[in-house]
Amino acid sequence: MRNAFAKQVTELAQCDARVVLLSGDIGNRLFDDLKAKCPDRFFNCGVAEANMIGMAAGMAMSGLRPICYTITPFITYRCMEQIRIDVCYHHQPVIIVGTGAGLSYASLGATHHSCEEMGMLRLLPGLAVVAPADAMEVRGALKAALQYPGPVYIRIGKKGEPVIHSTEPDFQIGKALSLRAGKDVCLLSTGNMLPAALETADLLAKENVSAAVISFHTVKPLDETLLTDAFQRYKLVVTLEEHSVLGGLGGSVAEWRADQTVAGARLLRCGTPDEFLHETAEQEDAREKFGLTAPALAGRIRAVLG
Amino acid sequence: MTSAAPNLELTARQLRYRLIQMSHAAGTPHLGSALSCVDILVAAYWNVLKIEATRPADPCRDRFILSKGHAATALYATLAERGFFPKDWLETFATHGAPLAEQPAPNCAPGVELATGSLGHGLPVGVGMALAARIQKQDYRVFVCLSDGECNEGTVWEAAMFAPAQKLEKLCIIVDYNKWQATGRSNEVMALPSLREKWAAFGWDAHEIDGHDIAALTRLLQSVPNGSGKPVAIIANTIKGKGVSFMQDDNNWHYRVPKAEEVAAAKKELGLA
Repeated sequence: MRNAFAKQVTELAQCDARVVLLSGDIGNRLFDDLKAKCPDRFFNCGVAEANMIGMAAGMAMSGLRPICYTITPFITYRCMEQIRIDVCYHHQPVIIVGTGAGLSYASLGATHHSCEEMGMLRLLPGLAVVAPADAMEVRGALKAALQYPGPVYIRIGKKGEPVIHSTEPDFQIGKALSLRAGKDVCLLSTGNMLPAALETADLLAKENVSAAVISFHTVKPLDETLLTDAFQRYKLVVTLEEHSVLGGLGGSVAEWRADQTVAGARLLRCGTPDEFLHETAEQEDAREKFGLTAPALAGRIRAVLG
Repeated sequence: MTSAAPNLELTARQLRYRLIQMSHAAGTPHLGSALSCVDILVAAYWNVLKIEATRPADPCRDRFILSKGHAATALYATLAERGFFPKDWLETFATHGAPLAEQPAPNCAPGVELATGSLGHGLPVGVGMALAARIQKQDYRVFVCLSDGECNEGTVWEAAMFAPAQKLEKLCIIVDYNKWQATGRSNEVMALPSLREKWAAFGWDAHEIDGHDIAALTRLLQSVPNGSGKPVAIIANTIKGKGVSFMQDDNNWHYRVPKAEEVAAAKKELGLA
């Protein structure tokens, strides 16, 4: 996903003179092409993320369209107040991109995990929260963010994730993408859980459970049209995310559902629990521990369906 | 500019009295902090900034950010006096639904560049504005006024390291060094001294002056950019509560609100009664 990000930013910067990339001292060589093509619009802001966000707000106030990029926990938790005041309170069109989101950097320890940041950020007024599923969605998300009239947070994975979409989808912030139709269960996947969601649907199909798969890439604003339909149409709606079940996609959908007059389908939230991952683990090990692999997910869904 | 100083000295006294009236009428604190930065604002807004009250959003205007947002009355009174908005807005200051809140909201009034109130935000945003000027090949300068207590915030020093690396010579900070923060001596709460040497060590062209000397402030502010290739830091030595003997250097006036008789006494001391 991050290579797609670098390529897309370079393309956008070449055709839009307002685009500026601010990086928090990561992406060694990743932005060489951008630096060569637009040398005055790339800044390594050092290991000073809060200052980077404040500067981006100042640039946006002056007519530019800054894109800030670094490792997810540092560009979110660390500069929460700069995002809240400088960016959101002033409603500036700053694009904030966190890389290595969720458990992508599981092996680096909990300092580098981000399983709470969507819950924190979606509380900020006017901020869109987007988690693209693959390299194609990353490209679409960036283009859509540049057209969006307010600030956008985009969480992306690392490199080498499977590419699901064969072509770039029509990516609109707040409009989920349907990948597969189904009759019994609706899997709402956000971010890099999409391959696991598709695999889960395959496993369920073998047991005659028909599962729809949706790339629910925007956690805020929610695609309420799709949710209304899904909770009426299916027996079970499942949210899948590399994020805590508190506050992220599952939390958002649960809040939304609580306000509906007709509750409809049952909701199952699959994500990380309310705890830090203390053990040494690669991303797949961490997913296994938290029950986020396809076999584990299929098992939980079958158990709920009874 | 020395020739303009006598009139501006009167303007500064009139502004100080206005702040005292506003604090009294609205029952708002931070009077001492507002009084200490008046001369900085007068020098900037009357002698230095390339701004026009009728064109507050002109992309080419110089920017002035009052990062110490708790001193907002000083900014409001200055902008009203310079014609950015009607002076009667000051009379509804901090009342329900009025444009001017205790600390400035985004776009609350013409001339207010940034919503401030949480410290440590003005300089990073100002650095972003200065970079934007360079990218967009515009000539404007960016001035950011900080409080000494604000220099406790880490983001001030993140920005302080970044701006010289980019050689942002059209950026200038003014520290309103009144030696008090909310609940203690700013030189004791944190190891603030020597503030000028700190900014110089961070790569700024750093100066220390009397922050109540309008002519001296004017000379330094006007010199930006000064050919050094560095951003400029002005450590302005000031007195909290400046202008009124019973408020000067008394930190009770960080929070105290003046009573009617104190407003009258202040008026007399300011030579306006």
